[in-house]
Amino acid sequence: MSFKPQHELHRRRLGRNMGVGLSLAAFVVLVLALTIVKVTSDDFKFPQARAAEQN
Amino acid sequence: MSDASIQASILREDEASFGDYFALLKPRVMSLVVFTALVGLLAAPVTVHPVIGFCAILFIAIGGGASGALNMWWDADIDKVMKRTKGRPIPAGKVEAGEALGLGLALSGLSVIMLALATNLLAGAFLAFTIFFYVVVYTMWLKRLTPQNIVIGGAAGAFPPVIGWIAATGTMSIEPWLMFALTFIWTPPHFWALALFMRNDYDDAGVPMLTVTHGRRTTRVHIMVYTILLALLAVGTAFSGVGGPVYLAVSLVLNALFLHGAWKIFRRDEDDSERDNFKVERSFFKLSLLYLFLHFGAILTEALLKPFGLGGW
Repeated sequence: MSFKPQHELHRRRLGRNMGVGLSLAAFVVLVLALTIVKVTSDDFKFPQARAAEQN
Repeated sequence: MSDASIQASILREDEASFGDYFALLKPRVMSLVVFTALVGLLAAPVTVHPVIGFCAILFIAIGGGASGALNMWWDADIDKVMKRTKGRPIPAGKVEAGEALGLGLALSGLSVIMLALATNLLAGAFLAFTIFFYVVVYTMWLKRLTPQNIVIGGAAGAFPPVIGWIAATGTMSIEPWLMFALTFIWTPPHFWALALFMRNDYDDAGVPMLTVTHGRRTTRVHIMVYTILLALLAVGTAFSGVGGPVYLAVSLVLNALFLHGAWKIFRRDEDDSERDNFKVERSFFKLSLLYLFLHFGAILTEALLKPFGLGGW
């Protein structure tokens, strides 16, 4: 098993991949939080219920 | 293809880092967008859920960043000529122009759709219009065509507080447009002061700045006229729904200083400026940054004091 010293470029690529990964993870968390806030708000109604009220 | 050439194509020494892609979004401009949009959102006379408020500001900021990336894609040719911009990721050779285009388009779509979903359709539509205005109307069409480019570009930069307000209320009213006008009229004297002491940058790039097309004397006159208009508007805003005694006090002091700075620029000629290396123009530019920040800070203060019965008149 050989341990080659890591090239500076690998560190840069790792940083880039980590950056993209963390951004996507944060986006997922944000959409989840937004969904929870929206569906638990007082004025939230499912589309079917809203349609039934209008009829 | 030999091993060596494969190796060379995989290992590009100037390969971009995550920070280089982030730099495409113009983080400094984005910080101004975040701040003014936040003030617009918090000054609105409604309560916004913190998560929805956070999402609104984030997606407005991403939309602003996306238009910055699209601007860098289109302006890559002049960015590499100007001292101020040649360190940007595309002219520095770290990011391909096509990558900036892709990133800008993807983030534009994402930010508009997410803002509309998180808040309301009108806010999403306004963000889409702002991106369109900055990229197509300003960057592609008028920036290289008219010496009034800065005035037009200022309109795009002035939209964030309006979008913040609409994200909170879902409707329009006069107050966010006063905040719009404040940034809109502030932008020309701010950039023309910069153009006065960044002497050859715009000449070299062939961008028709007022200093190049109409001369530096005319630019000094324009700075004075815009500063007078700005002072009238800024002080007048104190008596609107977003103003109050704190705002009035801040605005009176700042506008007195700003008018004094503009007057000094107006009185000077090129020899005076050359002698002290544009000291007055540089200090006016620095003051302009503080001017906008403190005006919006005062509007924010008035809004934050209102729940305690203190803000406003």
